[in-house]
Amino acid sequence: MNNGSQLKRVLENGEFAVTAECGPPKGADPEVVLKKGELLRGNVDAVNVTDNQTAIVRMSSLAACALLKQAGLEPVLQMVVRDRNRISLQSDILGASALGIRNLLCLSGDHQVFGNQPDAIGVFDLDSMQFLQVVKNMRDKGVILDNDALATPPDIFIGAAANPFADPKEFRVVRLAKKIKAGADFIQTQCIYNLDRFETWLTMARDRGLTEKGFILGGVTPLKSAGMAKYMKNRVAGMDIPDEIVQRMEGVAKEKQREEGIAICVETISRLKELEGVNGVHIMAIEWEEVVKEIAERAGLLPRPVFAEG
Amino acid sequence: MITAEQKPVEEIRGMIAPFKKILVLGCASCVAECAAGGQKETAMLASALRMAARMEDKDVLIEEMTIDRQCVEEFVIRLDDVIGSYDAVLSLGCGAGVQAVADMYQELPAIPALNTEFLGETKSQGLWVESCLGCGDCMLYYFGGVCPLARCAKQILNGPCGGSVDGRCEVDPEVPCAWQIIIDRLAAFNALDRLEDIYPPKKWSKKLGKGPRKIIREDQQK
Repeated sequence: MNNGSQLKRVLENGEFAVTAECGPPKGADPEVVLKKGELLRGNVDAVNVTDNQTAIVRMSSLAACALLKQAGLEPVLQMVVRDRNRISLQSDILGASALGIRNLLCLSGDHQVFGNQPDAIGVFDLDSMQFLQVVKNMRDKGVILDNDALATPPDIFIGAAANPFADPKEFRVVRLAKKIKAGADFIQTQCIYNLDRFETWLTMARDRGLTEKGFILGGVTPLKSAGMAKYMKNRVAGMDIPDEIVQRMEGVAKEKQREEGIAICVETISRLKELEGVNGVHIMAIEWEEVVKEIAERAGLLPRPVFAEG
Repeated sequence: MITAEQKPVEEIRGMIAPFKKILVLGCASCVAECAAGGQKETAMLASALRMAARMEDKDVLIEEMTIDRQCVEEFVIRLDDVIGSYDAVLSLGCGAGVQAVADMYQELPAIPALNTEFLGETKSQGLWVESCLGCGDCMLYYFGGVCPLARCAKQILNGPCGGSVDGRCEVDPEVPCAWQIIIDRLAAFNALDRLEDIYPPKKWSKKLGKGPRKIIREDQQK
């Protein structure tokens, strides 16, 4: 079980990487996770498993990652700092590594008021930046926070999120630089619909030499309907959906909107593939995992390469 | 200042129901400033409780009094002369005030009439906002005089998060994003480079380490 990260090998070999997302169920049935895993097998390099996304209680991401790993898939463990203090976070990193989980995405997490446990305390003992630094020190220096030595350091490929579309605009690249300095080996971005604004951000990142220091995977989410486009545009903070995209979705009949959403997604990926400094794509097909294969196929991303360890 | 709000009268009536002689005790400091437990609010609450008791034909003595500081022993001790006439104190002090009274008169139940809220500022008439967490290790210098612990919903020390849009917080668009303010302030001071470094994890032992915190100042002790 002790093999390094396949995602890392794909990226280091200069291949355009593909990751997708698998949301664990609101229940204890392992089959739900495994079924989603099967839909993604062979179509992606790694599967991100979300951590109580939107602050709704679900099967733990660590457990779901272990299930996928046992089934021979490559998981990316998402961990948010909302629910665990530094003791628990560090302990779970060690546990994840012991289970053979080789990829980690360090996140803040959606605020608890958005979920189904609004009375919960938000822990936020570390922020996502500090968390990255802690994991890097665990891996590279073999120490936990405050420098106690680890008997065996974790073997983890470290990821972080970036939102090129939030404010303040100029500071977004400073924050990216901080995340890479803190320890991020790879970055997965917020869903990209506004490619012009994404390119502006990417250029700023390139100018600071950041694309040389970390792998950037552009995030995409296929839209299911015009309603979803409008909802995301108006109701999800930090999401930038240009009017043209909404109009394009509205411009086709309801039963054709899914197809249009897929087409937009494929076009976005095609453009991302051309951009210098973009190393892959992260397909977040929310509760629509079955579409990932089609998107990957149409975007010319299949078959996925396999690199042996070492 | 410490801010507070009065509990619902029904909740207060439930707590005082077993008692016959009640002292309604206001505090003229912070809770007076935030219009929750000063002389005026104390008089109003006492009179509302008296009226409610009369409506139900209950024979209850409800009297009021306000002292300058419920959280300072040398002020609380002035209740010595009157306290014997009551079988409960309904305190409009903050949580510290209620406990100071409870400590001083341990045979007497001290009942809170307020919900203590936060350390904050009076922004305008009728508007109080939280601005300090009392963390025991002030970081305001680094953040341009804005505390991200108290004012960022996720307490991010290396912000802003990805939900900051048009200077508003994603958790509540009515709330300004603390990190947007921090960046604007530091930019105005030409000190944005302060944010290039990663601010280290907070040492919470200063706040929560060993139970209730204490300040000991020998130079102030007689």
